[in-house]
Amino acid sequence: MSLPNYTSWNYRIWHYTYLTICGLVFFFLIAPLFIILPLSFNAEQYIHFSAKMLALDPEGFSLRWYEDMIYGTKNPWGLAAKNSIIIAFFATIGSTILGTVAALGLSSRHMPYKAAFMALLISPMIVPLIISGTAIFFFMAKVGLAATHTGIVLAHIILGTPFVVITVTATLTGFDHSVTRAAASLGSNPVNTFMKITLPLILPGVISGALFAFVTSFDEVVVVLFLAGLETTTIPIQMWVGLREQLSPTIMAVATCLIIMSTLILVSAELLRRRSERLRGINR
Amino acid sequence: MSTEQILSSDGIPLEISLKKAERRNKIKAILLVAPLFLFLLITYVFPIGDMLFRSVDDRMITKMLPNTFTAIDKWDGKDLPEEPVYAALYKDLSYLKKNKTYGKIIARLNYEKGGFSSLIKKTVRKINKFEEGNYKEQFIEVHKRWGQIEYMGALKNASPNWSYAKYLKGVDLKFDQERNIIQQPEDRRIHKILWLRTLKVAFWVTIFCFILAYPISYLLATLPMKYSNLLMICVLLPFWTSLLVRTSSWMVLLQQQGPINDLIVMLGLAANDARPELMYNVIGTFVAMTQILLPFMVLPLYSVMKTISPSLMRAGKSLGGTPFVAFRKIYFPLTVPGIGAGSLLVFILAIGYYITPALVGGASGSLISNTIAYHMKSSLDWSFAAALGTMLLVGVLTIFWIYNKLVGVDNIKLG
Repeated sequence: MSLPNYTSWNYRIWHYTYLTICGLVFFFLIAPLFIILPLSFNAEQYIHFSAKMLALDPEGFSLRWYEDMIYGTKNPWGLAAKNSIIIAFFATIGSTILGTVAALGLSSRHMPYKAAFMALLISPMIVPLIISGTAIFFFMAKVGLAATHTGIVLAHIILGTPFVVITVTATLTGFDHSVTRAAASLGSNPVNTFMKITLPLILPGVISGALFAFVTSFDEVVVVLFLAGLETTTIPIQMWVGLREQLSPTIMAVATCLIIMSTLILVSAELLRRRSERLRGINR
Repeated sequence: MSTEQILSSDGIPLEISLKKAERRNKIKAILLVAPLFLFLLITYVFPIGDMLFRSVDDRMITKMLPNTFTAIDKWDGKDLPEEPVYAALYKDLSYLKKNKTYGKIIARLNYEKGGFSSLIKKTVRKINKFEEGNYKEQFIEVHKRWGQIEYMGALKNASPNWSYAKYLKGVDLKFDQERNIIQQPEDRRIHKILWLRTLKVAFWVTIFCFILAYPISYLLATLPMKYSNLLMICVLLPFWTSLLVRTSSWMVLLQQQGPINDLIVMLGLAANDARPELMYNVIGTFVAMTQILLPFMVLPLYSVMKTISPSLMRAGKSLGGTPFVAFRKIYFPLTVPGIGAGSLLVFILAIGYYITPALVGGASGSLISNTIAYHMKSSLDWSFAAALGTMLLVGVLTIFWIYNKLVGVDNIKLG
């Protein structure tokens, strides 16, 4: 970002002030996440930088909270992690299938009332979670699915599908429909055409939608707070409970694991997005 | 021109055959959307309708006190009701006592007016000793509240099958014993404050997100790809990170012995023993929500700014405009769609926020969602929670409708 020689002093001062402001905003965005990492390695029981930590003394650091997270006797993290993964897995599959199929229909130029259907299908993303949670809780209680895995999976499918619908319809906007017609004219049936031609082309969009659905389910806490029972507790529930009681270093350890996970998901989502743009021939 | 129709290979007129194919395609598209549509209809749209229904449904108590309500209907609410009302009340209460189902009406009547709980319990305990005739006197003898017009008025107010009383309560109004709409007593007016606070927080969070997002979106849109991709991670990483993780990092930062307070003390802005409260109040809610919702402002702004050609600004400057004039007259107007999209998105999300205010907001920083959760989980006044939820939903859907008109739902982009 070097400036040409002819720029005036006024402009230079303005330019560097602007860059400083941007730097501060980026710092505001990202720094809060990194405060958690060192604290999770704290040897002491407080959420505070001890003198030893600040002096970078190895004795100030330890892995005891990670040990506590995994082996702690009274710790619910094992059960919570198992539940979270099972629920997120099935919710992702459900959202991805329902969402992708619906997106195929929505992108067809023969679909009537497209905007109205789209608005309805993505409404779970817009309606405040507390309202969705209340409504879904009444429903699940009525059909006897409250506090069951099935109930939570269904609720998370509701919340996850809008993301799949949005990402897949976005991928389908640049889709060249002549390839499917070519396949049909060569004698392929619709299912075969979908599996062999359409799906591979829209796969990046489908996978990034699936990633969104997975993260939505894995992080979701408001609706689960209404639906979860003792046996169906999840990681977000346990974090919520822990944060309401007191900040413990074990929570910092769990949070660190979650940050690492989201970094991995971010990287794969970015790679997918670029691959999708390349496949569809969009150059930026 | 010949009137003869063009036939397709199987002898059917082309027009009909084309229409048939079009219809088949239409049905195919509808069938593809149908599974998700039906799924959402059953598990989501109907339950929300059910919630709406629940907020006005008041039939439970009508079923439990049928005779009383028929009798009290004729009462004008001015003087104490006559003997038949009390006779009917005796009939209903002794029936409920026999079946041991009076628990439900206690809770229901207590929402109507505090004090009904002890009144009903005491009456039910003594109801077997009642003698026939002159029930009015016997009721008042058991508890003097049966002789107070406010209690009988409250009982009358509970009689309609459908009631919008919960909505009135949501804006700090209520019925008096003559069914006029009046304000709640001063110490009970809490919901208006909550609505205003929710709107205020959502408004200021939106404004601050805009102020912070605009410069960095511009930087991201104008930097060469290899730098901007790196900086984009700063926006996307918080976006992908669990909400609870981000909230807990704010709890660490804002706590009394936390780094921000350390810094304030170090700079000499406050004494060590008088550290300012940054958390469990509206400041905590506000700061944390701004950081958490910032990516939702940056992403739409960025995608709009990306499409604005830099040559427009150069043209403006070459025609004699200062950079500031060129920005104000050319660049800024072109970014307005992005500002609209981002602001509405942030506002919609902020107005229904629950987790962050619940954890860092304390009592003075809690929003309307927290009250809904409180009535769902603690006070168990579900119909009131449903009424507040419906009010919030109507607000959000109105904004969503505006958003749809201005931006279009199919233009929502993720990452």
